Amino acid sequence: MSQSKSAVIMDARILWPAIGGAFRKLNPRTLIRNPVMFVVAVVSLLTSVLFLRDLVTGGGDFGFTLQIIVWLWFTVLFANFAEAVAEGRGKAQADSLRKARTETQAKLLTSEDRTKFKLVPGTSLKVGDAVLVEAGDIIPSDGEVIEGVASVNEAAITGESAPVIRESGGDRSAVTGGTQVLSDWIRVRITAASGHTFLDRMISLVEGAARQKTPNEIALNILLVGMTLIFVLATATIPSFAAYSGGYISVTVLVALFVTLIPTTIGALLSAIGIAGMDRLVRFNVLAMSGRAVEAAGDVDTLLLDKTGTITLGNRQATEFRPVKGVTEQELADAAQLASLADETPEGRSIVVLAKEKYGIRARDMATLHATFVPFTAQTRMSGVDIDGSSIRKGAVDSVLAHVSQSTRAGSGAPPASDAVRDLQAIAEEIAKSGGTPLAVERDGRLLGVVHLKDIVKGGIRERFAELRKMGIRTVMITGDNPMTAAAIAAEAGVDDFLAQATPEDKLKLIRDEQAKGKLVAMCGDGTNDAPALAQADVGVAMNTGTVAAREAGNMVDLDSDPTKLIEIVEIGKALLMTRGSLTTFSIANDVAKYFAIIPAMFAVFYVAPGQTSGPLQALNIMHLATPQSAILSAIIFNALIIIALIPLSLRGVKYRAIGAGALLSRNLLVYGLGGIIVPFVGIKLIDMIITAIGLA
Amino acid sequence: MTLNGWLQILVYCGIVVLLVKPLGGHMYRVFNGDRTFLSPVLGPIERGLYRISGTSEREEQHWTSYAAGIMFFSLASFLVLYFLQRLQGVLPLNPAGMTAVEPNLAFNTAVSFPTNTNWQNYGGESTMSYLVQMAGLTVQNFMSAAVGIAIAVALIRGFARASVKSIGNFWVDMTRCTLYILLPLCIVLTLVYVWLGMPQTLGPYVDATTLEGAKQTIALGPVASQVAIKMLGTNGGGFFNANSAHPFENPDAISNLIQMVSIFALGAALTNVFGRMVGNQRQGWAILAAMGVLFIAGVAVCYWAEASGNPLVHALGIDGGNMEGKETRFGIALSVLFAVITTAASCGAVNAMHDSFTALGGLIPMVNMQLGEVIVGGVGAGFYGIMMFIVVAVFVSGLMVGRTPEYLGKKIEAKEVKMAMLAILCLPLAMLIFTAIAVVLPTGVASMANAGPHGFSEVLYAYTSAAANNGSAFGGLTGNTPWYNITLGITMLMGRFLVIIPALAIAGSLVAKKTVPASAGTFPTDGPLFVGLLVGVILIVVGLTFFPALAIGPIVEHLAMINGQTF
Repeated sequence: MSQSKSAVIMDARILWPAIGGAFRKLNPRTLIRNPVMFVVAVVSLLTSVLFLRDLVTGGGDFGFTLQIIVWLWFTVLFANFAEAVAEGRGKAQADSLRKARTETQAKLLTSEDRTKFKLVPGTSLKVGDAVLVEAGDIIPSDGEVIEGVASVNEAAITGESAPVIRESGGDRSAVTGGTQVLSDWIRVRITAASGHTFLDRMISLVEGAARQKTPNEIALNILLVGMTLIFVLATATIPSFAAYSGGYISVTVLVALFVTLIPTTIGALLSAIGIAGMDRLVRFNVLAMSGRAVEAAGDVDTLLLDKTGTITLGNRQATEFRPVKGVTEQELADAAQLASLADETPEGRSIVVLAKEKYGIRARDMATLHATFVPFTAQTRMSGVDIDGSSIRKGAVDSVLAHVSQSTRAGSGAPPASDAVRDLQAIAEEIAKSGGTPLAVERDGRLLGVVHLKDIVKGGIRERFAELRKMGIRTVMITGDNPMTAAAIAAEAGVDDFLAQATPEDKLKLIRDEQAKGKLVAMCGDGTNDAPALAQADVGVAMNTGTVAAREAGNMVDLDSDPTKLIEIVEIGKALLMTRGSLTTFSIANDVAKYFAIIPAMFAVFYVAPGQTSGPLQALNIMHLATPQSAILSAIIFNALIIIALIPLSLRGVKYRAIGAGALLSRNLLVYGLGGIIVPFVGIKLIDMIITAIGLA
Repeated sequence: MTLNGWLQILVYCGIVVLLVKPLGGHMYRVFNGDRTFLSPVLGPIERGLYRISGTSEREEQHWTSYAAGIMFFSLASFLVLYFLQRLQGVLPLNPAGMTAVEPNLAFNTAVSFPTNTNWQNYGGESTMSYLVQMAGLTVQNFMSAAVGIAIAVALIRGFARASVKSIGNFWVDMTRCTLYILLPLCIVLTLVYVWLGMPQTLGPYVDATTLEGAKQTIALGPVASQVAIKMLGTNGGGFFNANSAHPFENPDAISNLIQMVSIFALGAALTNVFGRMVGNQRQGWAILAAMGVLFIAGVAVCYWAEASGNPLVHALGIDGGNMEGKETRFGIALSVLFAVITTAASCGAVNAMHDSFTALGGLIPMVNMQLGEVIVGGVGAGFYGIMMFIVVAVFVSGLMVGRTPEYLGKKIEAKEVKMAMLAILCLPLAMLIFTAIAVVLPTGVASMANAGPHGFSEVLYAYTSAAANNGSAFGGLTGNTPWYNITLGITMLMGRFLVIIPALAIAGSLVAKKTVPASAGTFPTDGPLFVGLLVGVILIVVGLTFFPALAIGPIVEHLAMINGQTF
């Protein structure tokens, strides 16, 4: 996640529209989605009406009542504001996406080949239509390439300006509406009707319009409603208790007590937390198709990771030169480098670099050497170079051995010593056992030795897996390699388990087995043959480069096509749940201080002994708040302001730390539980001092 | 407070803890359907009962059938008990010649015993015939206890089983509980009580001539047998009006200790049954530890308040703690301990008058009941009560570690939270609403013995005790009026069934769920962190609910007492 994107939580472009949004959200139909705040709005309205009645009939403490009412409405507005800010962050992104959705003309093909087409508006395309997209055209809708290959600029979706290749047949056949073909042409079969494209979905997701409450959110809402009902009981019975004790409590004061007690803090921030969670994913270039998927990510028990690209760097690299007896390392390195000079494959380049780094052999210029490059072919399975009648070849061990014995028979050199053959084979086997790939090198029919090509495990990945283990997540490496190689790499990377020579069926079976044990499984994939497994997994992250089938099957799409992101996705899911839990705890813990502010203020008039100014319950005013009015006002002001104060935290999320569940819980309980008890004592006292000083109460 | 007092308290706790494992093991085997040492004798009786009633121990029930069984059984119990009282004048075993019980009092009592409340708006020796005491009240003492334990076991099965539909068979659970657990223990206890000097007779009351030459009628009856189950089944309904303060119902320190131990014995052992059934006894100990923390805290505050006494009395030159309403043969420590135990569990038997406690001393029994009697609690009821708080605690803390909350591998979701909140909500609903009405209603106020905060406490205590199905009375309040008979009856029904149904619904929902294996990401629920969390959640939720009411009752009374004010 780039810091510049996430650091700005509130800037003016979001804040101003959000203030307007806060008022617009007073619409009862919007409010009712949030039961706690709806209740606050209802009682605010009730007190406002009573206040107006008192204005007409006279009587009552207008200044005090008016202030309470103002702060009650602020509580509702602050909650709306929090949600509007969260949505605002997505809106900015949605606007830029909308630009990509501008009206395009599509070349609807009317015949089987690509010669005849008519121009139609992009919005009129139906699923199954075939269109032609040529260099410079915008792809009119989501589809699958059925013919041709083209380079496409997908910056509109991914923000990445480097063009990508899209071609028919393979695993990179999906194209997204709104992206632009830069070169060549493709024939595309439309897979999404207008309004249901990937881009449309993305816009509604980042705007929060398509947001539905997730299972945990629903459960939490029930808890909050339950707490609210408990406080309805606690406050609604007070007038009767007061009447028994020979006193009277005004509706305004009761409402103030009620609103401060019900969990308004979490109630106000709940939807902002949810929107912000999705937004964090979007900023991270991952699109979750539902909030449910994000939550499931936090629950994941088993992570299936493809070896290549996730655990290891995409390509093997030369790490060692192993000469046969009678050949020096220097000689082998020199020959290997010469053979690789013109080899543009990552393996070839890594040989040049290794020879230079280890033996100081500078890369030489092919032209000055009068060398001709012999490229790799599927037939020879070797590449190399011919220099002044001398030939160097490198390639798979058996191919090189075959080549050598062939050239020997042809009489172009000395026969290879059988010692050297045995030696070479022994080295090759050793390398294979350690998980590497041996690459044999020969010069003019003489076996020189073996280059050890190794899967390079990504830096820091071992630590990431250790972290995941602390989170309680088991990692399983999926690879097409043989079990021996897989075991070696698995051990080096520190994964918990591996699945070697994995077929798509194996993957699916592994997922089902894990799920049968009650575990939640996450995986990522891109190919069509990954689709069943992606659909079966609880969290299936499809790569944006993948096929349409894969993208449909997954419940998240990674626009950067970076499989390592699964780990961050899990963290974002956990952070989302933690933020909700922590703020709920904080919200409820706050009530202790509010009681100590309001109860003495309400009840201190009861049972006043002769000759005293206040009753026994004044002893509960442990904060020494100035007057009953200032106490009640301070509590309600604190209650409203804390919402504003916690907006940044709810948007940023409580950071997940992989320190084990017990340690994490004690930490959060200390911060949000104990903190939640202490903070309002300090806050309410401060507010009381301020409003007393400026004479508000 | 004295060292001797604390030693007695510690000895008591030690005995209860020592009994947890053996009793838990026996109960576990009983509810699992395993053979126990009693099987050779009781097995044929058990099978005979199933044959007569047409049920089978292999037949298992969905939670709705289980709940329907309980409702049906409770209704039948209510009707039988109601008509026994109304017709006692014409029924046998009535040597004292008692007449029919008033309808609203009969209603109150007929609700009171099947709900395991045993609130008594009557004086036993002056109202009920031997037949009602034995065939009505004592039978209900067994049955209501067995029902409570059965529900707890059904809920435990919800956690212990996975991916099935049934939570056991109510009729089988109740039969086994009565036959293998309650009856054998009560027979032993009855014999011990008789040996300690409790009456056990069907003979008529005895007339005695006192030293002054006056005639005194000494009430007798089958006391020992009723006391045994009254304590063991956390019923609390005394044979005599003075309950366990009466010398025939609680002769000496030994009988007092046995009574106190038997209140907690089965409730505490249920935590062990839970641990055994879910395959980790530490889980049970953790719950018992949370209960223990709350218990010791309650005893400490109550003991301190009673031992400190009343400054107004000290001012008169009378030193020492508050002995008003306490038996000298028990003293302050054992009276306090009994009061805290009886309200922590849903027993309600008393050996001292709670009304006479100091304000803070009386606050503790009230708070114990407002917690929902989850400190060991009524047999079964305490366990399923604390489970509701565990659901809430686990839900909030589960979110705080970034996972969908789970307890013992069962995911806690919307349905569980909804039912737990419903159960938690219904207690304050019944307690606070009725108190609020009663304290402003002339008939309600007329029953109070004291003015001001103390009168308020009497009413709050009554509804609290009824809703929590405790049955202990603060004293002072004249409960036998139509208003209190009926509203307290309704309160008892709410407190019993509005908790039972949600608890069984949770069992039904959990039993169908898969069990997720624990990982490093799940926070351990068998350690001190969980104990602390659970205690915190219980105190915060209940504290926030009742703080205003307590402030107007015992708290203001206490503060006024310090100021020298009385009411």
